[in-house]
Amino acid sequence: MSEPNTLLERQQSIAHPMAETDSAALAALVRRRRRRRWLINALRLLLLVALIGGWELGARLGLIDSFFWGRPSGIWQQLVTWVLHGTAQGPLWVQIAMTLEEALLGFLIGVVLGISFGVLLGRNAFLAELLGPYIKAANSIPRVTLAPLFAIGLGLGSQSKVALAVVLVFFIVFFNAFQGVREVDRNLLANARILGANRWQLFREVILPSALTWIIASLHTSFSFALVGAVVGEFVGSIEGIGLLIQNAGATFNANGVFAAMLILAAVALLSEIVITALERRLLRWRPTALSEVTL
Amino acid sequence: MQHPQRNLSPASSPTPRSPAQEVPSTRYSKDSTPVIELRQVTKRFLTPGGQTYTALRDLSLSVAPGEFCALIGPTGCGKSTTLSLIAGLDTPSAGSVLVMGEEVHGNDPRIGYVFQTDAVFPWKNVLHNVAAGPLFRGVPRREALERARSWIARVGLAGFEDRYPHQLSGGMRKRVALAQTFINEPQILLMDEPFSALDVQTRTLMENELLQLWSALSASVVFVTHDLEEAIALADRVCVLTAGPATVKGIYTIDLPRPRNVAEIRFDPRFVQLYHDIWEDLRDEVMISYERAKHSS
Repeated sequence: MSEPNTLLERQQSIAHPMAETDSAALAALVRRRRRRRWLINALRLLLLVALIGGWELGARLGLIDSFFWGRPSGIWQQLVTWVLHGTAQGPLWVQIAMTLEEALLGFLIGVVLGISFGVLLGRNAFLAELLGPYIKAANSIPRVTLAPLFAIGLGLGSQSKVALAVVLVFFIVFFNAFQGVREVDRNLLANARILGANRWQLFREVILPSALTWIIASLHTSFSFALVGAVVGEFVGSIEGIGLLIQNAGATFNANGVFAAMLILAAVALLSEIVITALERRLLRWRPTALSEVTL
Repeated sequence: MQHPQRNLSPASSPTPRSPAQEVPSTRYSKDSTPVIELRQVTKRFLTPGGQTYTALRDLSLSVAPGEFCALIGPTGCGKSTTLSLIAGLDTPSAGSVLVMGEEVHGNDPRIGYVFQTDAVFPWKNVLHNVAAGPLFRGVPRREALERARSWIARVGLAGFEDRYPHQLSGGMRKRVALAQTFINEPQILLMDEPFSALDVQTRTLMENELLQLWSALSASVVFVTHDLEEAIALADRVCVLTAGPATVKGIYTIDLPRPRNVAEIRFDPRFVQLYHDIWEDLRDEVMISYERAKHSS
């Protein structure tokens, strides 16, 4: 909870009356923690500046070939152009909205399917044993390779991208939900049954909340996978979207464009992460804080 | 004095291998039907290695209405299995388990069960943990919460309604578990080493509180423990089980007056005498179980 007292503080607490030293020690502790916080933030900023500055400087001095590797000022320029004048495929926000829509739709469908099947198989040992090997086999396939298949089957519209995102998200959520349901404390189940819970109450009040810890942990990674699904789908063939933007930038040797699109994707992923973390805080507020606040 | 001296009828307690004991005259008539009756119950499990493991063999036991019965035996002798059979969480391989004269079929709403480990729901706060039973059973929400509040106050947790279990101490969580069970007003209370995880001081407090709650409820209790002191201090009758497969080795009537103060009764000469007698019986079983554990490891 608190950092260990220094020898000095300990000596003070012996020398002075109780209340006085307590508040003094506490103030010192708060001060030290604030100073540490400030130092870390300052160093972080410094690191960023050094990294970007070094890149820019390297590019200007000719150490880094900015034709192949781009440069920060060029990336910034590209972003400004896209925002102010739109991209070759139309306004920037349309591209973002397109990719986001595909990712979000794929994410939602994948999550619902993953939870449903995970809970079903987690509760039904017979089904789990029956389908186990097939699910493991399906999981071992590198699933992005399905992208061309979906493009053939579902066309160049958003459906093929949604499908790819669904497949990517499904397996992550499925395995977590499955494991979560299997790990439900048997004592809790027995207790709920003795207290009078019927099957539905058992599911809603015990199994689901218990599995939710696992499921929510999987949501963090699965939204990034949904984005990957949408973008890779757009690589393979599309009319709009950030994936196409990257594809075009790459095809025209526009390294700055690739980086700029990448930044946009990163921002989208970061935003979604904030939303999911907020959701996690809300749904899992019963957990000890030490556990739920281990974030980087 | 809610509880005058409670003694038990020898007729209501079949003792297959019981040593000869004088059971004093009884409060319960000889023909009063037992609340719980186990007749020649055997329970076998299939181990992962494909072998059968016999947890209980020909166990016969009966508990009278309002009686506090302690089951004691070496660790892993099948005490918990006995409870789960009574609770309907498991079925016997042979023999029959009767509750209120009827064969056990699934869960019985008249039964309450306090588990050894924490079985309060970590995602519910104290109020909703305690109200869980009535809510599951279809009591209107407002009434269930009202009753939960009064039970929370009775176990001394007033003001902690909004806390989650991880914010409570072990003793407080146990109080929640007790309130959660007692709110359903069970006629039969099964307790599986409920206080074994608590420190000694908290444990004594909780034991006293349990006796108070129980005296108001007048339920029959089967209390599983491996602590002989606890068994004698709480129970009307102590059943010594053999090292697994468990069967009843001896039954002792505890004729200590009630109400009892668990903290002080240990110094009563009669307590010491009973402890000595039962320990004689229990020691052999503990040694058998110890030897087995040594060989298997």
